[in-house]
Amino acid sequence: MAKRAAPEVNAGSMADIAFLLLIFFLVTTTIETDSGINRKLPPTDEIVDPPIIKERNIFTVVVNKNNQFLVEEKPLEISEIREQAIAFLDNGGGVGDEACDYCQGAKDPSSSDNPEKAIISLKNNRETSYKVYIAVQNELVAAYNDLRDREFVRLNPLLGLTFVEANKRYADPRTTPEEKERLKPKLAEVKLMFPQKLSEAEPSKNN
Amino acid sequence: MAKFKKKKGGETPAISTASLPDIVFMLLFFFMVATVMRDNTLMVQNTLPAADQIQKLDKKDRVMYIYAGKPSSRYADKYGNQARIQLNDKFATVGDVGAFVLAERASKRQELQNVLTTALKVDGDTNMGLISDIKQELRQVNALKINYTTRVGDYTQNMKN
Repeated sequence: MAKRAAPEVNAGSMADIAFLLLIFFLVTTTIETDSGINRKLPPTDEIVDPPIIKERNIFTVVVNKNNQFLVEEKPLEISEIREQAIAFLDNGGGVGDEACDYCQGAKDPSSSDNPEKAIISLKNNRETSYKVYIAVQNELVAAYNDLRDREFVRLNPLLGLTFVEANKRYADPRTTPEEKERLKPKLAEVKLMFPQKLSEAEPSKNN
Repeated sequence: MAKFKKKKGGETPAISTASLPDIVFMLLFFFMVATVMRDNTLMVQNTLPAADQIQKLDKKDRVMYIYAGKPSSRYADKYGNQARIQLNDKFATVGDVGAFVLAERASKRQELQNVLTTALKVDGDTNMGLISDIKQELRQVNALKINYTTRVGDYTQNMKN
């Protein structure tokens, strides 16, 4: 028998097969990465001796079940919370050891001594809506970020980055280790100037 | 001299499609690599609230997800319309959260067990009571790093009903 050449495989349908797979992966793809507000919960250990905190160093935010706000015992719109929180954190009313040399606030003696002592207390009702709670959290974080941005730019004017941008760069896996090493102390310094002290009370049923 | 034949004008040659499979394969590989398959089917409504002071979540293998919200319309007649928690593919109660977290933690690699984040994907219309209960449960099992997963947007979107 004469040797017969093997017939060539027809590759014309290859494109169709590839298209089929392509469409499958197109449909199942979710490229987006999740993002959100990071928080740390307090440990459960019972604190035997709670530290005494002066009333003026606490900034209370209460959200009731109708999603209305009470800030420092005054009803307020959510758009004003950021401004009020910044004024409170940046007040720097302390004298002597507790003075704050980088604060630019009003130095009101009835408001916070310095940012290290200032605590924001957030209390919500069990019937508060989650999205309103997130909106408040967002505004309070924004207040801290605004202040940290200001100090970061003041301390590192040549870097051309704000605190938020620098923090994002630090968290980015593409950033080189050398740059991370360079950014780390700068970020830590600003974080120390305005530590995020956000305390959450357990929600109440009645207010 | 008459040898120089003029090319036959008129018809344009057909475009070669020989490279079409290559192009398609290129796209295919891109999407294959970029694809993350959804591992949970959502059984609850999940319209996340908007926020703009956000940070990116850690790598996928360091995160466990807790979903909560009203059961979606398919399950509404069976499970009612009160907000529920979803763990993996099942509805759960607040009491199950602790066990779920411990099981998830045990299933991760040793070096990751201490850096796990719990992502709370909660529908915007849920009441805070449920979320506080979840947070209490998380505190009990020492899963203290949490992330309120949100979508990117201005907070004023949350104030509309």
